[in-house]
Amino acid sequence: MEETKTTTFMDKLKGMVNSFGLPRLIIAAFLLVLFIAAPFVGADFWTQITNTINRFSWNAIMVLAMVPMIHSGCGLNFGLPLGIISGLLGATLSIEWGFHGFFSFIMAIVIATPFAILFGLAYGALLNKIKGGEMMIATYVGFSSVSFMCMMWLLLPYHSPNMVWGLAGKGLRTTISLEGYYDKALANILQINIGKLSIPTGTLLFFALFAFLMWAFLHTKTGTAMTAVGSNPTFAKAAGIDIDKTRMLSVVMSTWLGAIGILVYEQGFGFVQLYMAPFYMALPAVSAILIGGASVNKASITNVIIGTFLFQGIVTMTPTVMNSMIHMDMSEVIRVIASNGMILYALTRKTEATK
Amino acid sequence: MKKLGNFVRDNSVPIMFIIICAICIPLSGFSPAYLINEIITRLGRNAFLILSLLIPIMAGMGLNFGMTLGAMAAEIALIFVADWQIWGIPGVVLAMIVSIPISVLLGWLCGTILNRAKGREMVTSYIISYFINGCYQLVVLYMMGPIIPIKHSTIKLPRGYGIRNTVSLLNMRQVLDNAWAIRIQGVKIPVLTLVIIAIMCLIIVWFRRTKLGQDMRAVGQDMEVARSAGIAVERTRILSIIISTVLAGFGMVIYLQNMGNISTYSAHSQIGMFCIAALLVGGASVDKASIGNVFLGVILFHLMFIVAPKAGAVITGDSMIGEYFRVFVSYAVITVALIMYETKKRNQKSNAARQLELDQKAEEAAK
Repeated sequence: MEETKTTTFMDKLKGMVNSFGLPRLIIAAFLLVLFIAAPFVGADFWTQITNTINRFSWNAIMVLAMVPMIHSGCGLNFGLPLGIISGLLGATLSIEWGFHGFFSFIMAIVIATPFAILFGLAYGALLNKIKGGEMMIATYVGFSSVSFMCMMWLLLPYHSPNMVWGLAGKGLRTTISLEGYYDKALANILQINIGKLSIPTGTLLFFALFAFLMWAFLHTKTGTAMTAVGSNPTFAKAAGIDIDKTRMLSVVMSTWLGAIGILVYEQGFGFVQLYMAPFYMALPAVSAILIGGASVNKASITNVIIGTFLFQGIVTMTPTVMNSMIHMDMSEVIRVIASNGMILYALTRKTEATK
Repeated sequence: MKKLGNFVRDNSVPIMFIIICAICIPLSGFSPAYLINEIITRLGRNAFLILSLLIPIMAGMGLNFGMTLGAMAAEIALIFVADWQIWGIPGVVLAMIVSIPISVLLGWLCGTILNRAKGREMVTSYIISYFINGCYQLVVLYMMGPIIPIKHSTIKLPRGYGIRNTVSLLNMRQVLDNAWAIRIQGVKIPVLTLVIIAIMCLIIVWFRRTKLGQDMRAVGQDMEVARSAGIAVERTRILSIIISTVLAGFGMVIYLQNMGNISTYSAHSQIGMFCIAALLVGGASVDKASIGNVFLGVILFHLMFIVAPKAGAVITGDSMIGEYFRVFVSYAVITVALIMYETKKRNQKSNAARQLELDQKAEEAAK
């Protein structure tokens, strides 16, 4: 009697582990251990929570940008740097044209939008030509566009003294401070401070708005069509859905969200980072959504929230806890292994290998 | 005329590069002797590494971004050899020998993972290279010292564990290159290195004719057909990756003895990208590459690499432009090659489908 009970319990546990995914479980457990260990090693618990929430609010929209392309069957958007570049163009042009304060944030979004749409359309047209090989080409489209823009940041005629190199008077600096522009533009709205805990409500609400819009979109007719294209292209075609157009729409959405995502990141971080900075920004976003339970062809808003929280939690917690525990900063190495391991796990799962 | 058009289309990347080089060389103002000297040095330095990419292409696994694994194995081996203070040619040979077991292990791991990700080998091998890079850092930065014994403090970080950012190989610097070197009008020709590369080319030519080589080509053509012909597909694929990783390890030892030091944490990170770009510049594609592509690629790619910064500085007055330009070109070449490969694959697929349809119609009509 007792034995059957344990087996069913074990089966249940196994089922739970399977549905949740073993690597995800390990990462969640690891983060839990970090949170428990934090006070014992002298790291302040509330500061840690604040940091985690802050970083969550900076990165969440970039992770959300993964959703549309996963839904339409384009796989993980390793080409996120393309969206980031549109965002950077918006940011720099907004400053160049003399916008200040919160308004410069709005203008950055407005200016970034046409770029994102344009780049997204071209990128989408390309991805439609090479169905099946999206991820590898997306990676290299991202890389080439970043290195191309490296030249452009030097050559484009920017003049704002806050952005160009002081001596030469031209060519953008590698990092541009956003003080006086949109530094903490969202974070300061309705910010809650309780003791050491501070919550950037504005940024969280901004993310919530986009998450809600995305959720709502996925339930519209176009949204369900997108999911259909991703999960069963033959069926979608039979149902009269224009596959190429739907995929194109998803790529444009993803690119635009990437642009918004980097602007939100910058307002939290306080700096615009140019040149090679966007280079590796796709990988954290990709692994975050995968840690959250998404797979190469399935993703939900919940995956985004859980994934970003877990990933950013680990990124913020490991350095402090590890440092005070064993006096070695292994966080970078752990982050590299965990995030890339997660991507590998997603790429090699048998059930998803056949699209 | 049509023939010419086809020739241009098939060789668009090398032709584009010849044009870039033709424009940049006069602008850069380098003397021919200097350029030839640089090209030959870089040929000796890089050719072996690029040769390691040929075998996975033969087995239909695309560009092996996992060659970085072999590079890391070679770096670990060289760190050991430097710590044991074995210098000169014996040191180089020993480093190659020590790198073999590490390369085999990593190659086996990579091959096994790639077998679980058929059809997306490239993106997977690319992520593997990042993943193993993390593991490499874990080993070299934290385990070397307390767990893996390293004696000499010149190699270790001052804190007592982990390896310094650069490990000097001064005592084995260019030992291979200088061994039988000949100088012709200021141009140094590293004969021994070139002989090793030539032998490797012969081995690859021979390997293509062996049973294993034939199996690999069969697997590369069509996995299912190969399987029904009794070839152990998975095993063949793993073997191709292992061989590639081991060769990449040897190549990295040759590369680093030429450089004379190891940038412990960055030497391998770009090597895969540059080797793949060079191979593609030579006119290779994702599913077809020859030894000729390797040499043409090294020469054209590195010619561009040498002249671009100077030419960029002359044109725009800013040396960073040329610097960024060559990085951009490396990535753009890979992007273009990948796009061409995927479109070709798709066209073939739709052509095959059309052919099938026609055949069926013909059959029906015959009835």
